[in-house]
Amino acid sequence: MPTNILMPALSPTMEKGKLAKWLKKEGDQVRSGDVIAEIETDKATMEIEAVDEGKLGKIIVPEGTDDVAVNTPIAVILGEGEDASAIKIQSQAPAARVPEQAAPPSQGSSGPAADNRAASPAPATGLMPHKGNGRVFSSPLARRLAKQRNLNIALVKGSGPHGRIIARDIEASKPAPMAVSSPQAAPAAATGMPDEMILKIYEPGTYEVVPHDGMRKIIASRLVIAKQTIPHFYLTISCALDALLGVREKLNAHAPQDKQKAPLWKLSVNDFVIKSMALALQRVPDANVTWTEAGMLRHKASDVGVAVAIEGGLFTPVIRKAETKTLAQISAEMKDLAARARNRRLAPHEYQGGTTAISNLGMYGIQEFSAVINPPHATILAVGAGEKRAVVESDTVVVRTMMTVTLSCDHRAVDGALGSELLRAFKSYIEDPALMLA
Amino acid sequence: MAESNFDILIIGAGPGGYVAAIRAAQLGFKTAVVEEKYLGGICLNWGCIPTKALLRSAEIYHYMQHAKAYGLTAGQVGFDVASVVKRSRDVSKRLNTGVGFLLKKNKVTVIDGRARLSGPSKVNVTKDGKAVGDFTAKHIVIATGARPRVLPGLEPDGKFVWTYFEAMVPSAIPKSLLVVGSGAIGIEFASFYRTMGSDVTVVEILDQILPAEDVEIAAFARKQLEKAGMKIFTGAKVSVLKKERENISATIETGKDQQQLGVERVISAVGVVGNVEDLGLEELGVKIEKGLLIVDGYGRTNVPGIYGIGDVAGPPMLAHKAEHEGVVCVERIKGLETHSLEKSRIPGCTYCHPQVASVGLTEVRAKAEGRDIRVGRFPFVGNGKAIALGEDQGLVKTIFDASTGALLGAHMVGAEVTELIQGFVIAMNLETTEEELINAVFPHPTLSEMMHESVLDAYGRVIHM
Repeated sequence: MPTNILMPALSPTMEKGKLAKWLKKEGDQVRSGDVIAEIETDKATMEIEAVDEGKLGKIIVPEGTDDVAVNTPIAVILGEGEDASAIKIQSQAPAARVPEQAAPPSQGSSGPAADNRAASPAPATGLMPHKGNGRVFSSPLARRLAKQRNLNIALVKGSGPHGRIIARDIEASKPAPMAVSSPQAAPAAATGMPDEMILKIYEPGTYEVVPHDGMRKIIASRLVIAKQTIPHFYLTISCALDALLGVREKLNAHAPQDKQKAPLWKLSVNDFVIKSMALALQRVPDANVTWTEAGMLRHKASDVGVAVAIEGGLFTPVIRKAETKTLAQISAEMKDLAARARNRRLAPHEYQGGTTAISNLGMYGIQEFSAVINPPHATILAVGAGEKRAVVESDTVVVRTMMTVTLSCDHRAVDGALGSELLRAFKSYIEDPALMLA
Repeated sequence: MAESNFDILIIGAGPGGYVAAIRAAQLGFKTAVVEEKYLGGICLNWGCIPTKALLRSAEIYHYMQHAKAYGLTAGQVGFDVASVVKRSRDVSKRLNTGVGFLLKKNKVTVIDGRARLSGPSKVNVTKDGKAVGDFTAKHIVIATGARPRVLPGLEPDGKFVWTYFEAMVPSAIPKSLLVVGSGAIGIEFASFYRTMGSDVTVVEILDQILPAEDVEIAAFARKQLEKAGMKIFTGAKVSVLKKERENISATIETGKDQQQLGVERVISAVGVVGNVEDLGLEELGVKIEKGLLIVDGYGRTNVPGIYGIGDVAGPPMLAHKAEHEGVVCVERIKGLETHSLEKSRIPGCTYCHPQVASVGLTEVRAKAEGRDIRVGRFPFVGNGKAIALGEDQGLVKTIFDASTGALLGAHMVGAEVTELIQGFVIAMNLETTEEELINAVFPHPTLSEMMHESVLDAYGRVIHM
């Protein structure tokens, strides 16, 4: 039978909020744990996850709707074999301001009024806001199971009362998802300052607490593991971009046009960086590796991850076999992946794996920086801005467009000389793009 | 007829039905409940409640007979059956009226009559063959309960062979009584009639009395019941039942031999069967197996809009399970986040003397599941309060998962254990481990200290033993 999804209370005091965004469309399959919508209050934006499985049968409250009262039905999930005709809205129309272009909520005149008497302080809904401020509510048994399974309980989603983590949530979690390549005797992760200690330092009222969403928690946990288990070292080199920019201009100017007279491609410097890194890894295959305790994984293809900043975090979608793809193909693929990353619509296989990654902050004018390796990669290339610099060539000062890149290496897998070779190969492709044709 | 169109219509106003109706009304649904006989159902009128009233009389009678043990004198101890029964009926009446009041207060429409589904969302109600009306509801909840199972050769006749209905309102205490079946109902009546002076024989087909209980606890209870003068045959059956003039002669087959027994009355307590007939369910294609509705964890049958809760939806057939299922079912209809009932955490209580109460897995069951377990035991003889009460016969047994410390089961026999078991029920539902139970402070002097000691014993730390 159709299940109503109700507007969740993101805090005990929340009465209404804005339905900022739907991340699923009507007709989309929804699985338990899928992020389906974003809710904004004056304090925070939070993602809400589906608890039930099924098809998103109907969106009752369109995105952009302000002041949606807590417990108002916002959508309906259909079970297996049910179709939209089964939907009968079970409650009163939301007392909400609806944008004019949007259809008004379906009539629900015969439905009962929302119950006030039975409403608990944090109403039970079909949704589970991520909870993240400080204490993780969990049962003693869940805590013990998590400990026995070496699982970070903060990353587990609770299905008990008020989102409490209970034993079945631990049982449903996959063990130690973060410890991809860490040895069995991984050093115990040092914990940072406890929250209470940090909170003591700041005067209450001088800050607000924005709860972490799932992505933030995963970023935090992965990078702590990366920094604690991967011995990083850094190699920096500058590349002249003048030749590359010339080629880029030519290629873009000669891009064929589609029926709407739009050019079929518009290559970016980053597309060249991706291709160069992919080819460099083929040239120096010893650096195209992943460290495992059992042995070195030597990868055949150059699968290059590219960090894409999104609201509230980042994704690293992977361009597979980038060495075999043309710049135009890489460019088109990257555009699609980045757009879908921003909408959080990437499938896991699109951002998992890869052998290296590229993080480009050039567009922000960053000259150079070093990046944290994204396990299980062995390297990551931090790319700075292309800028005109005074460069000494043959004892004369000339103006060149330069770009500084820093390669972070996992010293267990890639030694200094090897990393340098990789970087030198990369530089040769950047500085002389004609080599890419070979 | 004022209103004939409802959001939720519940058939049956037993503990499952009336609680579901109140919860539905709280959630804002326009709710009706159809009841053929009495609000509160069997539980309140012919089951849980009136038997507790009878057993209370028996208990006080027992204490009066043993007044000397407490340094008291009670002359002329006796009873008047009619008054004992009247008290029991008055208790039921009072609660029955109370249910009516609660339904009215919550604006639940009570329809007096027998309901039959005439379509997926249509119900026809009749009273004594006359039409009451046709009703429609988006959601129909079947909460029709169960009735005594009838075994061939053991058909109740209302005179010599009783079910709980007749056993509840005796005009006299029979001199001798044969109870067939040793589940909660059989053992409670056996205990009542034994205390009231009957010569009671219990026959159970399985190898232990109270077959749902832990073997050790059942054996302990059996010993106490036998000490009180009850005759018990397990692994035995009544093969022949011959009615004579004022008597019944029964043949009991024990596997080894046959025994002849002459008794005044027989109580048939061989289980219950679901009331699924003549509700129009078959016509709508609702799945029924072995006389029970097939439902999911939220009471949903295979037909959308038709639900089943309580006894009619399968075991354990207990009032508190029915109530909870009713709430889960209705909250799910509302779209609230709710979880299906965890059946392994439903407690069971039997109010014989000594009482028996349990929750979770028995030792046999836990081992059968292949679990590595730790078992703790604590006897009533080690507890100060139990000795002061003059109730030093009993046992508290706890079962833990050895690797995780999860409380898998708790089993008790002895005075007041039916009121104690809730402590373990809460612990189990909060998923406490042995650590929290060990760290909890139990008040002294209480029987509950034995719960603590039993946990300590499971971890080799028992103090008073």
